[in-house]
This record gives sequence, C-alpha cells and structure tokens, in this order.
Amino acid sequence: MRNWLPAVGTAVVLLVAWEVIVRAFEVQTWLLPAPTVILAELFDSFGLLVRHAGTTLTEILLGFLISVSLGIVLASGIVWSRAVERSVYPIIIASQTIPIFTLAPLLIIWVGTDIMSKVIVVVLFTFFPIVISLVTGLRSVDREMVDMFRTLGASPFQTFRKLMVPTALPNFFAGMKVAAVVSVIGAVIGEWVGASAGLGWLMKLSGPQFQTARVFAAIVVLSVLAMALFAAVVLLEKWSLRNYPATASQVSGLGES
Amino acid sequence: MDAISGRAGVVAGERSGGSGPPDSPGAEGAPFLAVSGVGFHYESMVVLEDINLSVGRGEFVALLGPSGCGKSTLLNLISGVLAPSTGQITVPAPAGAHNSQGRGGRAGRLGHVSYMQQKDLLLPWRTVSENGRLGLELRGVGAAESDAEVAHLAESFGLADVLGSMPWQLSGGMRQRVALLRALLPDNPVLLLDEPFGALDAITRSGLQQWLLNVLDRSAKAVLLVTHDVEEAILLGDRVLVMAPEPGRIVAELDVRLDLRDRRNPETSTTPAFVAMKKRLLGLLNRQGADL
Repeated sequence: MRNWLPAVGTAVVLLVAWEVIVRAFEVQTWLLPAPTVILAELFDSFGLLVRHAGTTLTEILLGFLISVSLGIVLASGIVWSRAVERSVYPIIIASQTIPIFTLAPLLIIWVGTDIMSKVIVVVLFTFFPIVISLVTGLRSVDREMVDMFRTLGASPFQTFRKLMVPTALPNFFAGMKVAAVVSVIGAVIGEWVGASAGLGWLMKLSGPQFQTARVFAAIVVLSVLAMALFAAVVLLEKWSLRNYPATASQVSGLGES
Repeated sequence: MDAISGRAGVVAGERSGGSGPPDSPGAEGAPFLAVSGVGFHYESMVVLEDINLSVGRGEFVALLGPSGCGKSTLLNLISGVLAPSTGQITVPAPAGAHNSQGRGGRAGRLGHVSYMQQKDLLLPWRTVSENGRLGLELRGVGAAESDAEVAHLAESFGLADVLGSMPWQLSGGMRQRVALLRALLPDNPVLLLDEPFGALDAITRSGLQQWLLNVLDRSAKAVLLVTHDVEEAILLGDRVLVMAPEPGRIVAELDVRLDLRDRRNPETSTTPAFVAMKKRLLGLLNRQGADL
C-alpha cells in the first residue's frame, strides 16, 4: 500500500491544479468540466454508467478469455512443430500490420452490432501480446535443461508440461498484463464503430450533445475497469509465481545509491 | 575395508600409445558400460574419433583431457542425448528387463543412464525434494512414494534439513548434491559425471570429492567421470583415460589405484606416489599439447 502513495500524491496535485485552473479562468463546463463536476456526474449517472460498464466488461472478459485460450493453442503449436511455426507465425505477425481500427466497420457488417463484433475486436487487440510473450517464454528454455530432462527419460510432452510451461510463465504474465490494458481499448473502439450499449457507445453519444462531464465520467469508469483487470492479472501472477526466485525485473531504484 | 578389491577392472581393446594395466584377474562377465569404435562428427568437423572404453561394475573411471577435447560430447553420446556417427555404445538393460541389452538408437539409452552435469540445472520453481524426485516422477512414480525415496537418500546426502527449501536458498555445494541425488534416484547401473564440482571453490570441492567416494562406495555402479583436473582424476578414479583434442581421442590409460588406496586421507595428494602419478599425467597432457 505504501508503494501507491507517491502515485496518489501526484494524481491529487494534478487534480487540484485542474480544478483551480478551470475555476480561475471560468472555463465552460461543456469545454472542460472541473473534477468536482465530473465527480458529481459520476454520482448522478451512476446507474447508467454501471449498466453500460457491464456491457463493456462482458465484451472485455469474453474477448480476453478467448484470446488467452487462442494464444495458448497457437503458441504451443508454434513451439511444438516447425510446420505450424512456418505456416502460422509470419501470418500472426503480418496481421498486426493491419490497423485493427479499420477492421471494426467490416466486423459490424459481417457480425452485426451485437456483442460479438466487439468481442472479436478485443480478441484482435489482445491475442498478439499473449502469443508473442508465450512463444518467447516457451523458447527461453535452456537447451541443457531440455537435455537433462531427456536423460531422465522424459517424453516430449513431459518436457513441455514440466519444463517449458513453468519456464514460460513469467513471460506469459507479462503478455497478459499488456493484453489486460489494451483489451479496454479494443472494446471501446468496437463500441465506437457500431453498438447500442457500452461505455464507448455512451461517450460517442454524449460528445455531440456537449455532455462533456458524462464523457469524462465514462473515461473514469473505463480506467477503473482497466486497472481492476490489470490488478487481477497481477494477483494471479503473484500467486502462480510465488515459488519463483526474485529476478532482475524486480530490481529497481538503480539510480538511488 | 578395501573398497577396491573385488572390483572388475575391465580394459577396452588394444590402444596405441596406451600404457594400460593388465586386466584384473577377477574380471567377471561383460562390462557395464562398453564404448567401441565410437566416432562423432558435426558437419565436416571430426569431434571424436575411434573411442574405445569400458567401465565395469563398481568401477570408477576418470576421463582426463583439456577443454574442447570432446569429453562432454562423449558423455552426451553415452547418455543418448546425441547419437554416435560410428561405433556402438552398450549399457545394461534397465531394472526389470533382464534379457535385452539397451543398445542401438539414442532413444534406447535415454532414461537408462544417470548423468550429472557441471551446472546443477535445478528447476528454480521446485523445492529440493521436488527437484530430487524429478526422475522418478517422469517414470510415473507417485509423489508420496518418490518423496519417501528422496527423504531416505537425503540423509546420507546431508540434505535432510533442506528438503522444503528452494534451490536459490542453497549453497553451490548443496545444489550439486541435490543434482547428484536427482541423477542417482532412478537407480541406473551407469553414472556419468561431467566435471560435477568444476564450478565450486577448492575447499567445497575437496569435501565433496571425499563425500562422493563414500556415497558411491555403497553402490555397485559403473562410474565415468569427466574432468580436466589431474588431482581429481587420480583421487577419484580407479583408472584414468587421457584424451587429446582435434580430433578427440583416447591416447593413454593409467591404473591409478594400486599405490593410492588411502585416497580418503587428505594428505594423500602430497605423497610421493601421488605426486609421481600427477607428473606422469601432466606429462601426457602436455605432450599432446606440444604435438599440436
């Protein structure tokens, strides 16, 4: 909890500065609402926000789960077989050169405006970091370790399950953390292009009506969702890696001697 | 109690330049480990050429040579990790299968030869006990049964108090003992040691060498140790095979047990017989160096 205090301090300073500037220069609410106005809007429209947040969260969680499953299957296949690697891996990488934003309208045409089109956008955003991190993790296994397993009579599947998967876990969680954050972006983009519910849709609707405070309130809820998702992944990571030794990634504050 | 008597010192076929001792009169049956005419080349490079050696039951053979002479490659061939380009390697069939000799393809020997490397290669996410039981676990032995076997062996390995610890909490010497325990638990007749104490400091190494002799004294395994340390070869080996590089081959064989029965005495390495043997081996090694 102590580690969070400096960040909270920074946020409070910025919010106070925002409030002071808005009041001092008498900025119109439709242009830039003060933090206190946004807070009031959060309370006033709480039911509305929660309802739409529920839709968005459903899209995110479904997309995230599909991505993790798809990522595990693809990464395992890529590492297991050279044929799969050669036929699939370049396509996966090439697919990320297509701006996903431009695919969203096509998905609306093909799948419709219901929840599935948004779930697919979330998957398109999140499976890439998961696959790449998992492939990297599975490949980071030491050749000598693999040979040691073989001398103990391990089958390829035993080596995969008892050596490669545990070796890949830290990388896998790094990819999941990135995916958790971008999944929110994916859901909002999907809703922006075509939807009838969700926080992205609410923002798109409120903007042209100059309900700027509501747009900000939706942004606040979205970032709370993203942070909660991120925290959930971190908790799962801490539990899964509880027996792992401290790594270089936990070294920080190098500049403070 | 003389640990050496009764051991079957089986010497491989004739070898030019070798000064091999006569066969022990009591040599009985086939050697546990037999390597005949084994060569290995990687692309166009000849790594090993015409390697012949055998290790009998209860015998401890040291393979001495400079870095890069292919010692570790030879162990990888024997363990089955690599397949020889030419020649044949024979190890006893695993316990339970009495008739057929485990020979032929590399898959045939994998899992039937205990192999301990210079690096401990412990899994950092497993406790000492979980690391130790890995070989049994891969054979399908249940956790409770294999944990009991680990605990049983841990007593003489000085690991009884750290079974629940993680590898990073242990000293280098302790980690090597865990690695040896892991290699020994599947109870294969052949044990390969690749510079097992090479990464340790001199005092720890000396202690572990004595301890290793005690542990292995109670087993009837064929042990092949690879080292570039002349003293370690004399201290631990019944016989020393000297290797030369480019291509890796065995150039000499010395019986080092006759005058050195008291190898558990820490003073042994200063006795005239030991020093003479060391000089002789160093001479053999240097001669090979000068030939290059």
